[in-house]
Parts: sequence; structure tokens; C-alpha cells
Amino acid sequence: MIRNVFRAVVLSLGLIAGPTTAEEPFIVVQSTTSTQNSGLLDNILPWFEAETGIDVRVVAVGTGQAIRNAINGDGDVLLVHSRADEEQFVADGWGVERFDVMYNDFVLVGPKSDPAGVEGGSDIVAALTAVSQAKAPFASRGDDSGTHKAELRHWEAAGVDPADASGTWYRETGSGMGATLNVASGMDAYALTDRATWESFGNRGNLEVLVEGDPRLFNQYGVILVNPDKHPRVRASAGQRFVDWLIGPDGQAAIEAFKPNGQQLFFPNAK
Amino acid sequence: MQGFASEFNTAIGLILNGDAELWAIVLLSLKVSVFAVLISALIGMPVGAALAVARFPGRRVLIILMNALMGFPPVVVGLLVYLMLSRSGPLGVLELLYTPTAMIIAQVVLVTPIVAALTRQVVEILAEEYSEQLRSLGVSRLASVPVLLWDARLALVTALLAGFGRAIAEVGAVIIVGGNINHVTRVMTTTIALETSKGNLALALALGAILIGIAIAVNAMVSALTLQAEREGLRHA
Repeated sequence: MIRNVFRAVVLSLGLIAGPTTAEEPFIVVQSTTSTQNSGLLDNILPWFEAETGIDVRVVAVGTGQAIRNAINGDGDVLLVHSRADEEQFVADGWGVERFDVMYNDFVLVGPKSDPAGVEGGSDIVAALTAVSQAKAPFASRGDDSGTHKAELRHWEAAGVDPADASGTWYRETGSGMGATLNVASGMDAYALTDRATWESFGNRGNLEVLVEGDPRLFNQYGVILVNPDKHPRVRASAGQRFVDWLIGPDGQAAIEAFKPNGQQLFFPNAK
Repeated sequence: MQGFASEFNTAIGLILNGDAELWAIVLLSLKVSVFAVLISALIGMPVGAALAVARFPGRRVLIILMNALMGFPPVVVGLLVYLMLSRSGPLGVLELLYTPTAMIIAQVVLVTPIVAALTRQVVEILAEEYSEQLRSLGVSRLASVPVLLWDARLALVTALLAGFGRAIAEVGAVIIVGGNINHVTRVMTTTIALETSKGNLALALALGAILIGIAIAVNAMVSALTLQAEREGLRHA
């Protein structure tokens, strides 16, 4: 009896395994949580897949981890948002060439009660200075992501070393943007987030956008083909087709057309 | 909390209405974890039984080590398997990273110590009971392993279920080696993690309820089979 059941289970598993293991051309894209959580990639990738028959497999992690994975060769294309790191990645020979893809912006969110009194401002550095002076809770990514690096640049400009306050009002979650927003929502903390993740975030609690519109909050995304000279197994031709599509008229139009709830979250700007 | 409850109900409704994408995720979760448990059984049971009957220096140390490995942090297992399967790793040529196979490998590493340790415990007690009979029949210690395993089969089902529980509920390892890729390596636990990070807490909770439901169904099914096997065994005896 048990043996028959066992045999049936093994047989059915074999059948299930069939379709998913069938080899069709695919590439692995190392990207950031914002492009996935906002639904952008789920929305635009079917266009590319229909046109080329190439399946795009997205691994969504922080920019820092995405770059390290790509350095290990565990991806064919890198789509992230930390320009200095991307240029370093190419300069070190890990990537072929970097292209601008699209942009949006960061916003400072915080509790409606706004203990630091920053609401309505458009100067991120002044706002962070006020947060540090009020010793108001601030939830930081703390994970070496593109957003974390942007945040650290603004603290530096404010002349504040938040590491001194680590564990007191400055709380590093060491997690993704969504997880950090969950923390901020739970403890009524301030947080710096990209607008796309914020707009699609479902657990805002008392949080709202308090500071936006500072030119320094500009958030540029870039795309890079991982260098096949460094990792010969990189699927270079399929990867190159994806890069070309993303920065070409079709990809740019697909990004432009992505407007969940009527609001545009990413603005194509490939040259 | 009113809003949350209604949101939760909506989410459950969505799920029960047979969303194809969701059921594909459930099926992949089951496939990966069942495969992992079967492979773990093939490795862990003979190893556990051999450790139960064999006598050699360092045996106690091995048993302690095996028991300790039951608490191996999944995220560390994920990292180790990632380093092995990465294109810069020793097994990179196999191109297994970010595939269901990679997830099965990680779960095998997590589950095998559980199966081996529990098997060792069950078989050791049984071997003591039977030691005189086996000796009088002139069966060597290692040769008695298959007999003992067969005799302990019903108790060993519990070991497999414990392993299955660890495998199906695990997220730290599979998210690293699988990458949570939509339609390829996205399973129940990584979907729950993703929905939580989107702030869709009600949907994440509803998915968790489904996962628990699956665990109950699997356990009930196995329990029914075991019961039937026990009855058949009595009839033959």
C-alpha cells in the first residue's frame, strides 16, 4: 500500500517537474526591490518576452547585494540605482557599459504627528538635521542598498553621523525597503524611501510623505550587461537584447505606460 | 482592526477562488519540499541506522554533531549552498543557482540531519530489543540495518514529517539560492515574505493560513496511511 502511494507520488512529481525544467532561453537580471515591489517589472517584462521569446528571471535584492551577486557572475544583467557604484562596477571590468534607463525620486516619510516639524519642506538636509536634533526615531535600511547609500550621503551633508545614535533614535533594520517601511510604520519613525515602493506600499499606518521635491532626492536607475570576459557563462547575446530593448523606444514606452492607479512611478530617460 | 479583518477575508476569498498563479506556487512548494524529504530519507535513514548499530571511536561525537545540525540556521545553509552553486563557486558550471533544484539541495542539507538523528534514536531502541535474536541468527550489526529500518518504518514516518515541516516552512535558505523568481522559484514562504515587504499584511497572513492548511492536509494524509498500514500489519500477523 505505502509502496504504491510512494510510487504514485514519485510519478506525479516527475510530471510536475516537466514543464518547469524545460529549457527555454532565459536571462537572470539582478535588480532592486523597488522595481519588483512596485510591479514595474511584472508589468513591462511580458512585452519583451513576447517580442523575443527570452524569459527574464528577476532576482530582487538591495543594490549592494545585486552588485555583489553580479560580480560573482550570478546574473546576466544588472538593473540598479546607485550611480557611483555602477560606474565603479564597470570601471573594475565587471560590467560592459552603463546606460541610464529611468528615474524617479526619494521622499522622506514620517508620522503625521511630525515631532521634528519637517512637514512641507523641500530641503532634505535641513529635514534630517531637524530629525537628529529632535532625536525622533528614524528607520534606516542599513543594508548597503542604493537607498541606504543615498540616505548616508544626506546625513553627511547635514554633518550628522547617525552611527553615533545607532540603537537609540537611529534604527538600522538591515532589511529591504518594504520591511523597513513596516518597521517605520510600527514605531512611527521617519524613513527615506523611493517613491515607487512608497506608492505601492500597503501598510502605511500613520506615515505620510513629509519632504519631497529636493533636487538632491533624484533617483536614477541604470542598466549594465555583466561582462562575459569575466564570466564566460554570462548569456551575453540575450542579455544585450534586453539592455537594448530597455533603453530603446519599446522599453522606454513600456516604462512610460506603467501607471498603477493612474500615477506614473518611473520616468524613462535613456539617451 | 475592522479593515484588516475584511481585507483578510477578501484575501482568503481570492485564494480559494482558485487563482492559477497561486496554485502554481503551492504546487512548487510541495514539489520542492517533497523531493527534498525523499532524498533526505535516502541519505538520512541509512546513516542514522548505521550510527545506531555500529560501534566505533568518535561515534558519540558524530551523534552530538548530527543532533546539533538539526538546529543549523537556514540562512547559513542558504549562504553555503549559494557559495557552492554561484558561477564563481566550485559547482558553478552546473548552472543550478536560482533553480528549484538549488532549493531542493538547500532543503536536503536542512532536513537530512533531522531524519538521520530521529532515525538513529528509533533504531537504537529497536536494536537493543532485538539484539539477542539478531545475534542468535548470526546477523552482523550492519547487516541488520535494513531489517531494523523496515521494522521501524511506522515510527520513521514521524521523522519524515518532522523533516517535511522544516522544509516547507523554511524561507531563509530558499530565498538566497532560489532568488524568489516569479514563475520559477517563488514558493509559499518567499511569497509571504514578498507580500509582507509590500505591506500587504492581510494577504501575507492569508497565504500563511493556506500554508498551515497544506501542512495539516499532508500530516493528516500520512497519518491515515500509517493507520491503515498498522491495521494491515495486524491482520497479517
